[in-house]
Amino acid sequence: MEQFISTYVWPAAIMVGQSLLLLVGLLVFIAYILLADRKIWAAVQLRRGPNVVGPWGLFQSFADLLKFVFKEPVIPAGANKGVFLLAPLVAVTLALATWAVVPLADGWVIANINVGILYVFAISSLEVYGIIMGGWASNSKYPFLGALRSAAQMVSYEVSIGFVIVTVLLCVGSLNLTDIVMAQHDGLGTRLGLPPSLLDWHWLSLFPMFIVFFISALAETNRPPFDLPEAESELVAGFMVEYGSTPYMMFMLGEYAAIVLMCSLTTILFLGGWLPPVDVWFLNWVPGIIWFVIKASLVFFMFAMVKAFVPRYRYDQLMRLGWKVFLPISLAMVIIVAFVLKFMGWA
Amino acid sequence: MGLQALFFYLFAFVAIASAFMVIWARNPVHSVLFLILTFFNAAGLFLLTGAEFLAMILLVVYVGAVAVLFLFVVMMLDIDFAKLRSTALEYAPVGALIGVILAAELVVVIGGSVISPEIGKTIANPIPDVATRTNTAALGDQLYTTYVYFFQIAGLVLLVAMIGAIVLTLRHRTNIKRQNIANQVARSPETAVEVVKVKSGQGL
Repeated sequence: MEQFISTYVWPAAIMVGQSLLLLVGLLVFIAYILLADRKIWAAVQLRRGPNVVGPWGLFQSFADLLKFVFKEPVIPAGANKGVFLLAPLVAVTLALATWAVVPLADGWVIANINVGILYVFAISSLEVYGIIMGGWASNSKYPFLGALRSAAQMVSYEVSIGFVIVTVLLCVGSLNLTDIVMAQHDGLGTRLGLPPSLLDWHWLSLFPMFIVFFISALAETNRPPFDLPEAESELVAGFMVEYGSTPYMMFMLGEYAAIVLMCSLTTILFLGGWLPPVDVWFLNWVPGIIWFVIKASLVFFMFAMVKAFVPRYRYDQLMRLGWKVFLPISLAMVIIVAFVLKFMGWA
Repeated sequence: MGLQALFFYLFAFVAIASAFMVIWARNPVHSVLFLILTFFNAAGLFLLTGAEFLAMILLVVYVGAVAVLFLFVVMMLDIDFAKLRSTALEYAPVGALIGVILAAELVVVIGGSVISPEIGKTIANPIPDVATRTNTAALGDQLYTTYVYFFQIAGLVLLVAMIGAIVLTLRHRTNIKRQNIANQVARSPETAVEVVKVKSGQGL
C-alpha cells in the first residue's frame, strides 16, 4: 500500500498540483492579455478603452467572464446539438493541452518530453477542429463559410511554420523545448567571439525565419490582419455567429490561449526563452520566469500593434502569401541552413 | 506496469469502439469525427510502445492534415447514405477478401514474434534500446543512411502525384482580372498619377 502511494498517488498529486498552478497562472495572464489587447487597440485609435471596472479598468476581463457565464446559452433549432456543444470544448481543451510541455524557466515544465516541439505542432494543428466543428454544427451559411476559410488558412500556414521549426531544429539538434532554449546560450554571437548575449539567440542567425514565423503565427491563430474566418464585414462573426454565453467565451479563451502559446513559442524558438539578454550578474539574478514573461509580452505587444494598424487581407492575397511567398522562402532557408551548418562544421 | 496496462486497455477500447462507430454512425460527418478519435487513440497506443515520434507524426499528418481534408469533403458533398447502404452488400465479397488478407498478415507477423521472440535482434539493423537512443534520432539515421534511395524515391512518387493532381485540376480561364503583385509594387508616382492643370469653369 505504501509503495502504491509512493509510486502512483504522490507523483499524480504533484502533477495535478503543477497543472492547476500553471492553469490558474495562464488564465490570469490571458485575462490581462485580453485587456492589454483592447487597451493597445484603443490607444492607437486615441480612445480610452475599458476604464470603468476597477482601477484603470483592470478587472474588465473578470466582469466579462461573469457576464458570459450568467447569460443563457442559445442553441439554434437546426443545429447538430452534440457537435455544437463539443466544438468550443475541443477548442479550449486543445489550446490548454499544449501548455503541458512549454518550459517557463529552467526545469519549470510539467512534462519535459523528447518530442516537445512536435507535440506542440501536432496539438496546434488540431485546433482547427474546434472551428470546423462549430461552423458545421451551427447549420447556417456564414459559420460554414468561416469554417471552410479557417480550415484552408490554418492548413496552409502550418506548412511554413513546420519548415521554420525544421530550420531551428537543424541548429539545435534536438526536439526538446528545453534543449532549444539552452542551445541559444552559445549561438552565433559566441561563435564570433562575443560573450553570451542576445546576439546568440536565433532571431539574429535565422532572421528571415523569425519574420516568417511571426506572420505565420498571426495567420495560424486567426489574428488580424488574417482574421478572415470571422471577418465582420463579410461573415458577421464567421464560425462564431450562432454562439453566445459560455460556449462563445470558450472559443474566445481557446483563441487567446493559442495566441499566448504562439508568443511563448516565438520566445522559445527565437528569443532565447528564459535567458537574460546580457550576461551580467544582476540580470542573471532575475528569475528566468520573469524574462520569459517579459519576452512573451513583448511579442504579444507586436501582435496587438499589428491588429491595430494593418488592414485585413483579401482571401486570395492570404493564400498567395502562404503558398507563393513563405513556402519557397522557408524551403530555401532549410537547405541554406543545412549547408551552412555542414560546411562551417557547426552541426 | 499496472498503469501502462490500464492506459493500453483505455486507448484500445476507445479505438475499437470509435472504429465501430465510424461504420455505425448515420451522419457521415459524425463518422469522420469518430475516425479522428480512432487516430488519436492509435497515437496513444504508439506512445505506450515508446514510439513517440511515430505518435506525433500520426497526429500531425493524419489528424492535422488528412482528416481535415476528409472532413472538408464530407461536409461539402451531399451524399445520400441510405442509397449507398442499399448497394453496400454488393461490395461485401471484396471487403471480406481484404479483411482476410490483412488478418493473415497480422497472424504471420505476430505469430513470428511469438514463436521466436529474439527475431528483432537478428535483423540487419537491430532495433536500438529506447532508453539509450531517442527514436527520432534512430529513425533519422536509418532513413537517411541505409534507406536513403528508397526514401528519396518515395518523395519523388509523392511529388509526381502532387503534380498530377495539379495538372488534372488546372484550368486557364480568359477574361478574368488577375492581380499582378510585381506590377503593383513597381508603380511609382510618375506612372500612377498624372497632374493636370484645369482652368476654372472649363473642366477637362
